[in-house]
Amino acid sequence: MTKNIERLYNGIIKENPTFVLMLGMCPTLAVTSSASNGLGMGLTTTAVLIMANLMISALRNVIPQKVRIPAFIVIVASFVTMVQLLLQAYLPFLNESLGIYIPLIVVNCIILGRAEAYASKNPVVNSIFDGIGMGLGFTLGLTAIGIFRELIGNGEVFGHAISFIADYKIGIFTAAPGAFFVLAALTAIQNKLKAPCATNKAEASDIACGGNCTSCSGSACKGNKELIEAEQLAAQAEKVRKAKEAAAAKAAAKAAAEAKKED
Amino acid sequence: MKALILMIITAALVNNVVLSQFLGLCPFLGVSKKTSTAAGMGGAVIFVITIASAVTSIINKYLLVKFNITYLQTIVFILVIATLVQLVEMFLKKTSPALYNALGVFLPLITTNCAVLGVALTNVQNNYSVLESVVNGFGTAAGFFISIVIMAGVREKIEFNDVSESFKGSPIVLITAGLMAIAFYGFASLSF
Repeated sequence: MTKNIERLYNGIIKENPTFVLMLGMCPTLAVTSSASNGLGMGLTTTAVLIMANLMISALRNVIPQKVRIPAFIVIVASFVTMVQLLLQAYLPFLNESLGIYIPLIVVNCIILGRAEAYASKNPVVNSIFDGIGMGLGFTLGLTAIGIFRELIGNGEVFGHAISFIADYKIGIFTAAPGAFFVLAALTAIQNKLKAPCATNKAEASDIACGGNCTSCSGSACKGNKELIEAEQLAAQAEKVRKAKEAAAAKAAAKAAAEAKKED
Repeated sequence: MKALILMIITAALVNNVVLSQFLGLCPFLGVSKKTSTAAGMGGAVIFVITIASAVTSIINKYLLVKFNITYLQTIVFILVIATLVQLVEMFLKKTSPALYNALGVFLPLITTNCAVLGVALTNVQNNYSVLESVVNGFGTAAGFFISIVIMAGVREKIEFNDVSESFKGSPIVLITAGLMAIAFYGFASLSF
């Protein structure tokens, strides 16, 4: 039980997907123009995350290692389709306002990342709690950004007008550019406070995920990781080859010198 | 014809895929340090998205709609795209080494680009024909190309600027993206 609570804490605070890991940036920027959209997207992703973690963890000994990524993708895509159909039936207004970003949950790297890093290696119950923790962490992040943007840009919170801010609202914050500015301010604050964050590590690159593909466990980065590893291997092979060549050249020179001496 | 040209302009500028729809942000922020690499990535994206829109819309029209299984769209599209990228890579390697050398490095990265799936789904949601899907895909990808190359050009200049300590790295890049988004926001008032 303590492990499950630890999972919740890990997902919501320690490895918060939005504020710490900086994963799933596309939906984070796209749907947070209002608090209710952010909340809706967060909860939808949470539902998919829990179900996908449950299924993948239950099947972890059945799925062959080599085809695990396609298998994970199919499982996630199936749950996304189910959730989309449910939303169409019972919450049509949410489906309308989130639009294309619902099917795009499939390519959200948080879900595949958790599948690869946690659910495929751990028992079912722990994986479910991991899904709940990560999902709530994501929901929290999206809702917080959504509240901020809605408050500054529209003078409202969850659609309720806040009168003294409504007179000074800055409309750009609910539009597309505002999303970039809010995220820029957030990462700048994290830089300033030296808070733990993917963009804030030593030799951090400026990809949203931290860009450190070699040590990344998310399978979304698998392509990058393989590419970088292949490059490193090639560089190493090149080094070895050069060293060998140099040694050969040295030996040849030595032999030549000796031959000269003998002459 | 006129409608198709307007469609390209709308997809590339008015509804820019990165700056107004937030798709494909990872490569936009990650591969935009140098103009040449950005152009390579943009080229590869144009190539893949155009082919992927053609293939997915053909599959949608002649398989999914015909057998009344359109609810499988998401699953089918993501698998088709992942396979397609691999296939394109192998095909280019064999048939056109010059093109492969120019785009090859970027191809594996594109599988993770949500713009590809996004375009395929938009095409279906808007009930585009196969030709319209290809045109829309090309326009969207051209929009990605334009924005990533501009971004890389700006970032090359930012290198020489005196940026305050906390804004170094990703914050300044995001601010740049925001300013570009404001510029592209102006296209929204274009009405045809």
